[in-house]
Amino acid sequence: MWSNVRAEFAKHARRPANWLLLGIAATLSVVFAYLIPYAGLSGATSDAPNSERGLDSMLPAQFVSNAIGGVPVFVGALALIFGVLVVGSEYGWETWKSVLVQIPSRARVYGAKIITVLTGTLILVLTLLTVAATASVVVATVESRPINWPGPADLLAGAGGAWLASTMWASLGMLLAIALRSVALPVGLGLVWLLAVQNLLSAIAAPLLDWVADMQKALPGPNAGSLVASLGARPDTPGVAELVAPTQAALVLGAYLVAFTALGGWLLQRRDIH
Amino acid sequence: MSDPVETTALTKRYGEILAVDQLRLHVRDGEVYGFLGPNGAGKTTTLRMLLGLVRPTSGGVRLFGRPPGPGYLASVGALIEGPSFYPYLSGRQNLRVLAGHAGVDRSRVPGVLDTVDLTDRADDRYGTYSLGMKQRLGLAAALLKKPGLLILDEPTNGLDPAGMADMRRTIRKLAAEGCTILLSSHLLAEVQQVCDRVGVIAQGRLVAERTVGEFGTASLRVAADPLAEARDVAGRLVGAERVRTEGEVLELDVEPDQASRINTELVRAGIDVSELHWHEPDLEKTFLELTGAQSHVE
Repeated sequence: MWSNVRAEFAKHARRPANWLLLGIAATLSVVFAYLIPYAGLSGATSDAPNSERGLDSMLPAQFVSNAIGGVPVFVGALALIFGVLVVGSEYGWETWKSVLVQIPSRARVYGAKIITVLTGTLILVLTLLTVAATASVVVATVESRPINWPGPADLLAGAGGAWLASTMWASLGMLLAIALRSVALPVGLGLVWLLAVQNLLSAIAAPLLDWVADMQKALPGPNAGSLVASLGARPDTPGVAELVAPTQAALVLGAYLVAFTALGGWLLQRRDIH
Repeated sequence: MSDPVETTALTKRYGEILAVDQLRLHVRDGEVYGFLGPNGAGKTTTLRMLLGLVRPTSGGVRLFGRPPGPGYLASVGALIEGPSFYPYLSGRQNLRVLAGHAGVDRSRVPGVLDTVDLTDRADDRYGTYSLGMKQRLGLAAALLKKPGLLILDEPTNGLDPAGMADMRRTIRKLAAEGCTILLSSHLLAEVQQVCDRVGVIAQGRLVAERTVGEFGTASLRVAADPLAEARDVAGRLVGAERVRTEGEVLELDVEPDQASRINTELVRAGIDVSELHWHEPDLEKTFLELTGAQSHVE
């Protein structure tokens, strides 16, 4: 199994698209959590999103909440794309057959891919935390504020919550890629759900229909938003709202992660490879 | 010892379409077996079932006596329906990734690159390779596990004549080293040049299984005047049972080194010899008779 994991790591570490996704996530995180709020604070763009945030929210003590604020929406979307790429590209390049004639155990290869996704989303979350921490130190230095770091428990909880939510979205990407045996359609459909349908449900349908309001408490997006909200992400961030208790949110996200992963494995196991 | 490939009543159905029908295939140890059939006959589906990529609707498959499961492909290499690799990796990196999945030491990679004569371009991105180089890399990947059985699906597809000759030379070399080879092709000449035994598949069924020689051997055709006298002279030289009249010419089942002597004796007997040439057996005609197909073969 370890040799399969190493093979997957070698493959994905050299793939430019993965580094591009990571770079975009880090850039968006800095732009929306620090640059725009800081510009708003200095009066340059007073109407920009999050510009009303105070300086305190950009200092090192708050860097975890800034780092994970994007997880329910854009970080989740990028994680979903990553999940699609890890599995779907094997269909696009027809490389499943090249791999599976070397090793007939689809379960082992799929297991290696799951570990690759877990590792990839962990790197994503750690990168966001590192970038946010660096940006917060820059802000504190420029504003001559003391540098106070959050406690290890807050740091671990924030990283763990963001990792869980990101991996859940990546596992949805893997499932869609296996179900649709491609890359483009799974990315498109996944993003439509993540960025459009969920927002329409919560912004338009839920206030009008009670059953939609109740139903969305079981959907992956609102639970991801609730989890990061409970970990300090500001509720004025898109997708962040504490609709359910953090324990429930974590359990629901975990259940989705297991279900998406298991369903993907089952489909891969029983279908023919063409 | 079990046969490298053994199938029993192997069947694959896609809805209403019966792609492979009760196929019984035996490939013996050390032989080069040609799996011949027109496009769409079920060759690739059969090979995919052998490799566990496609699940049979019914019937069984064994490779070296093992049913599908752990260790099933331990000594099997394959190139199925053209090479497929990661375009952003080099040839060498692609092989290292596949070696990792196969559980093979990376030290095998330089050797197989050398076998397919790709060492010079091994560090270039796969996406920049020509079709011939891609095909050679595919063969290199198939050799990673030092296979006892090599399954090659149309390995010369898309290659130019020089590339085809190279590929056939490599296949013959591997066979000479003791590797059993199952080669699917729709090219009669290719099968004739490379294979020991041939299975002909049509509409999912194995319609014939013969040695290449049983498909017919080359004969010497002689146009001479008078024909009856020429037949007598030739009959005395090589045996009457090996001489027959086909229209306006004689057809002689003889070895190539006898041609000049036959010519000399006919001329010495005062017979005018206007034509003397080797006639290859009409494999295509035989193939079409067996498959009942239109000419999808070359």
